[in-house]
Amino acid sequence: MEPVRRFAGRALPLGRADVDTDQIIPSHWLKRLERTGYAPGLFEAWRRDPAFVLNDDRYRGASILLAGANFGCGSSREHAVWALMESGFRMVIAPRIADIFRNNALKNGLVPVELDEATVTRLLEAVRIDPGTQIAVDVERRTVEAPGVRASFELADFARTRLLEGIDDIAITLRHEAEIAGYEERRAEWLPRVR
Amino acid sequence: MGSSLSEKVWERHVVRRAAGEPDLLYVDLHLVHEVTSPQAFEGLRLARRRVRRPELTLATMDHNVPTNEEPPEPISAKQIEAMARNAREFGVRCFPMGSPEQGIVHVISPQLGLTQPGMTIVCGDSHTSTHGALGALAWGIGTSEIEHVLATQTIAQTKPGTMAVTVDGALPADCAAKDVILAIIGRIGTSGGVSKVIEYRGSTIRALGMEGRLTISNMSIEAGARAGMVGPDDVTFAWLEGRPYAPKGALWEKALDDWRSLATDRDARFDREVTIDATQLRPYVTWGTNPAQSVTIEERVPEPDALPADARESARRALVYQDLRPGTAVRDIAVDAVFIGSCSNARLDDLRAAAEVLQGRRVKPGIRALAVPGSMRVKADAERMGLDRVFIAAGFEWREAGCSMCLGMNPDILRPGERCASTSNRNFEGRQGPGGRTHLVSPTVAAATAVAGHFALPSDL
Repeated sequence: MEPVRRFAGRALPLGRADVDTDQIIPSHWLKRLERTGYAPGLFEAWRRDPAFVLNDDRYRGASILLAGANFGCGSSREHAVWALMESGFRMVIAPRIADIFRNNALKNGLVPVELDEATVTRLLEAVRIDPGTQIAVDVERRTVEAPGVRASFELADFARTRLLEGIDDIAITLRHEAEIAGYEERRAEWLPRVR
Repeated sequence: MGSSLSEKVWERHVVRRAAGEPDLLYVDLHLVHEVTSPQAFEGLRLARRRVRRPELTLATMDHNVPTNEEPPEPISAKQIEAMARNAREFGVRCFPMGSPEQGIVHVISPQLGLTQPGMTIVCGDSHTSTHGALGALAWGIGTSEIEHVLATQTIAQTKPGTMAVTVDGALPADCAAKDVILAIIGRIGTSGGVSKVIEYRGSTIRALGMEGRLTISNMSIEAGARAGMVGPDDVTFAWLEGRPYAPKGALWEKALDDWRSLATDRDARFDREVTIDATQLRPYVTWGTNPAQSVTIEERVPEPDALPADARESARRALVYQDLRPGTAVRDIAVDAVFIGSCSNARLDDLRAAAEVLQGRRVKPGIRALAVPGSMRVKADAERMGLDRVFIAAGFEWREAGCSMCLGMNPDILRPGERCASTSNRNFEGRQGPGGRTHLVSPTVAAATAVAGHFALPSDL
């Protein structure tokens, strides 16, 4: 995972509430065995509509996704995060981001930024008026800045550190081997073992 | 102050707690399926890591297996082969296609008695919440987390909040567990449970059998919740006793004492509490493209302008996608397909309830109707009871076990524009196939709808 500290870029004004992961990457794309190759499937069904914002050339190269509430709800597929990142997105800004999507995003260095509804609406309006609007996200200070907008967002210290350092979670956990083994000694004897 | 069920199970599994970090939790059971795991096994291979506890890991194939007699199409076959190969290489037990224990991962684990009260269970599938019906803390994870659990048998998680949904009163005779959960989601919304574990409580939940509780817990994620749980009680214990992996003899007694101590303490507090009067519920039908967009079967498709302001835009979009006009009576909506299956409603009780409606009746000509048991064991049990003959005589296709028409990953898909009454759990755009239109209903409403050709209750027939 690539470390991410500060980031500024243009945004795609998706809007829309309750964008589920089936829309982000439809299930037939999940037959792949790799972590790559998902960009062509991003919002595949919506993209067939020429008026869909992802087809608007003015937003080509956008690296921040501006979405409505409850973004990433539904299926646990991490492929949704892979598809977004492979398509150049580094941040998702929405009034609420679904739990599993948020976890998956953090594992891959896609920054989940939750701002209040009014601020997201202001950002959406700004970007719709001027697609060149730059939005700056500072992971270290947990702030978002755009012309006329200055907001801070919540991000647990631990999650922030991992984003800043781009660390491999498994390696960190394996440092606690003694604690894991100690716990295993204490587990109840009736707990099932798959035969 | 006392603790709630979810807090007790959480606390028992803390391997490591440090200030400013999420808790490191031990995972008692890791369920694996073919779709979300290949990249995780590949990650282990690249880092030369092993599966730490293969005996706490179980794999099966469910999402893209065909449920008819045809072989899987080549791309799915590659994923199915990869699952078998990864299981062999890493020493994980796998119930492959053709095994008498194969089936939807969330159906087979409870059925084998692997899902037990007080356990932590994870799986690379959001409907892992299902297992909470037995008092386990169970939630869906992504592929990076799968790799982490395979390598360490632990998972780092921030502690969720707690939420009580109390459902009291006698459920009307034509309502099912599905109607209870659709009512709950309709009330609290698709993000009503975000960052929280919902505990389903109250006399209505207590009166439900285990299979109904599994249906309710299954759809916790549709309310945005991290997990759903039901306190283990005599219904739970009776259902578990004697199952292949349930404790036996003295260990059973010991386990029972422990499980009884899991119940939420009287003086526990929840971060949020919601109560629902079951006597006021009716059978629900979703009209839109998220599971909160539902009305009762007696109602009409809503006028978006009559909805709360923040629900209007998505309602308008949903009605366009669903090709529905506001004001249309739900009973006047005709369907092209009926699907009885999925981890939500493909257990024996579900099939039995649907078969009772279909007994001596025929599916309306022109309607494609599928009955897909949740596991090969459910299929065998249903066939022993003669349910297969009822479905087939009525004009249903009787299939092998799998996720089938729930998710558009296998040959069972809707054609663009087709409308389906489905007992599955998601009505997202394209969920059952590109352009397909899904309406979530209970098994008995699905069966009655297949006969009537439009949404109907068994009493309408």
